[in-house]
Amino acid sequence: MSSTAQELIPPESRDPANAPSKRRPGRGRVRRLSSSDKVVLALMVGIPTLVELALVWLPTLMSIGLSFTRWNGLDLADIRSAGTDNYQFISQDYPPFWPALQHNMLWLLFLALIATPLGLLLAVLLDQNIRGSKIYQSIFFAPVMLSLALIGIIWQLFYQRDNGLLNFLLGTAGTPQAVDWFGDSSVNIWAALIAATWRHAGYVMLLYLAGLKGVDPSLKEAAAIDGASAVQTFFRVVFPAMRPINIVIVVITIIESLRAFDVVYVINRGTNGLEMLSALVIQNLVGEGQVIGVGSALAVVLLVISLVPIVFYLSRTFGKESKA
Amino acid sequence: MASQFDASASAFPSRRTILKTVGVGAIGLAGIPFLAACTGGSAPSATGSESSGLTFGSGASDDVPKRAYQAVTDAFTAKTGKTVTTNVVPHNDFQNKINSYLQGSPDDAFTWFAGYRMQYYAGKGLLAPIDDVWQTVGANYTDALKKASTGPDGKMYFVPNYNYPWGFFYRKSLWAEKGYQVPATFDDLKSLATKMKADGLIPIGFADKDGWPAMGTFDYINMRLNGYQFHVDLCAHKESWDQQKVSAVFDTWKALLPFQDPGALGQTWQDAAKALEAKKTGMYLLGSFVTQQFTDPTVLSDIDFFAFPEIAMEGRDSVEAPIDGLLLSKKGGDNKAARDFLAFLGTPEAQNAYAKVDSSNIATAKGADTSSFTPLNKKCADTISAAKNISQFFDRDALPAMANNVMIPALQTFIKDGTIDVKNLEAQAKTLYAAQ
Repeated sequence: MSSTAQELIPPESRDPANAPSKRRPGRGRVRRLSSSDKVVLALMVGIPTLVELALVWLPTLMSIGLSFTRWNGLDLADIRSAGTDNYQFISQDYPPFWPALQHNMLWLLFLALIATPLGLLLAVLLDQNIRGSKIYQSIFFAPVMLSLALIGIIWQLFYQRDNGLLNFLLGTAGTPQAVDWFGDSSVNIWAALIAATWRHAGYVMLLYLAGLKGVDPSLKEAAAIDGASAVQTFFRVVFPAMRPINIVIVVITIIESLRAFDVVYVINRGTNGLEMLSALVIQNLVGEGQVIGVGSALAVVLLVISLVPIVFYLSRTFGKESKA
Repeated sequence: MASQFDASASAFPSRRTILKTVGVGAIGLAGIPFLAACTGGSAPSATGSESSGLTFGSGASDDVPKRAYQAVTDAFTAKTGKTVTTNVVPHNDFQNKINSYLQGSPDDAFTWFAGYRMQYYAGKGLLAPIDDVWQTVGANYTDALKKASTGPDGKMYFVPNYNYPWGFFYRKSLWAEKGYQVPATFDDLKSLATKMKADGLIPIGFADKDGWPAMGTFDYINMRLNGYQFHVDLCAHKESWDQQKVSAVFDTWKALLPFQDPGALGQTWQDAAKALEAKKTGMYLLGSFVTQQFTDPTVLSDIDFFAFPEIAMEGRDSVEAPIDGLLLSKKGGDNKAARDFLAFLGTPEAQNAYAKVDSSNIATAKGADTSSFTPLNKKCADTISAAKNISQFFDRDALPAMANNVMIPALQTFIKDGTIDVKNLEAQAKTLYAAQ
């Protein structure tokens, strides 16, 4: 490293006299680092970077590479270039792809318009110091902590055709009119969305509760003195004051809807009206039905879509830091 | 780091340079050796030398089959004095990781299935041919079983242990009460179903939430219409999907759809078995493992079985009866003890040891003990031994990706609205088989 270190020095800092105006106040402090400090710093930066590289960037790059190949997963000599064939396949010949994309969009709209506002509503209600608030919080948050298998069982109890709770309440259990909530492809996406809302709302509620606690009470008092109603106070004062939380929630909602997987997977592995991109990726990459090229292409599509909110989020956070 | 760089701040490379350097490194690393490491198996390597014993990889992880294989290995050790080290892996994991398992350090012998799923790995040179073993055990098997154990190169690879037939199961008491007769032809089946419907029953139990059970109906109609060889060739994609013969299968099936349980897509085979038990459905097409659901002995003794009726070709010569058995890995082929173990499994003695513990399946070797068979077991066994061809079920006879990724959604759509796009099936098959 030492032989190239001289080249690695950015030009403007090789001669500090050249750019005195660009010097930041912190730079003098950095100069006093001892060589052992530098070793420690290098380790602290280097190890996470290497871990990130090995576990995140490397697989990502390999997936992108593999999405342009045909490979049976057996012998490395069998990897053949496929050009964009895999992408053509998923967009033209693979029937579940477009429904999956639509379902992901529907999922996003539903979470954004129903589940997230519901979580906000719960948070506002529970923030009012009502009796048993802690108990309600725990109840609403519990679904977030449950395992996949348990969620499957719980919703099975609700939705079963012959002896499920829902059909029982509708009075149709055991009759031919009983709605097949999981098997009928015209209703099962809605059944799954309700199960997803049940999880997502609790998560959003917890984040907003933390956000509401962080809002300075004097803001509310000031608004009250100015004669604002409770609703006005909330929408004009409190809600805008929670901007950092709002951004986090927006990003979480988008990412949750893109990687929506567990609920549909426990219902029927994401087939028959419940196609989702993430379930298709698993179907094509894991297990015996493995088609590495096609699965990788699906994963890349998902990656590209996910990059949009991630870039949005990062530019908001880092943009703010540089302004500060 | 050398101390002469007093401009310490600048001694740290800029972020861009770091990215560039590691980027190049990453691309280098992303290369082939890393991939090879990724797919390496984790199975322990063989411990015994070739004469003293063998390792045996088993996907039979459920309690009963696990103890049954234990009984077989114990009997082998008692007979030959050679030790068997068994590595049991949960069966889903075992199947899902078979690719990396066979390329890593597989056990000498391992449990697997007959059909395309065996032939595929034989064709890739990952299995050891065992013609010498078949010299000694060949007489214990029917021709249909021998055919199912042959690799694509004509050599023998597989030693069958047990299998189980697919067919229609029904409750004798219900049929006796209503005076139903076992149908011999497809037209008989349809008129029987019409009668059942008029009697307020769902004629044919059906469940396809998991996607695979419907393949049984497809396979049988295909074999009865187009013959066993066409089934094999279609599954191996030597025949195109985009042809009249395939469309005819779906057209024939369409006549049966109104009689099959309309709630199929929302229920599992266990649910459908319960409906048969409750006499809500008249009959149910499934493998004989359906009897595992009938825990009440009076119900179990009330269950009977008939083969899928004939349609156009080969009468009822073909039976769908997936076979489980053993294979030798390429490495295991050098181990004499492993060959002896496979030969041992091909004897009635070994299969009796297995069946004594796990009686839900039918032993494949001639001369295996049938004294403990129930009448139903016996009927299943007779159906298999009378068969000229034994098919392995679509997901074992075809490329797994074709079965799981293509057929499951296609059949579910067909069940839902009776439409099928054979052109699209062919387009998908072309891409998936080309990737192999």
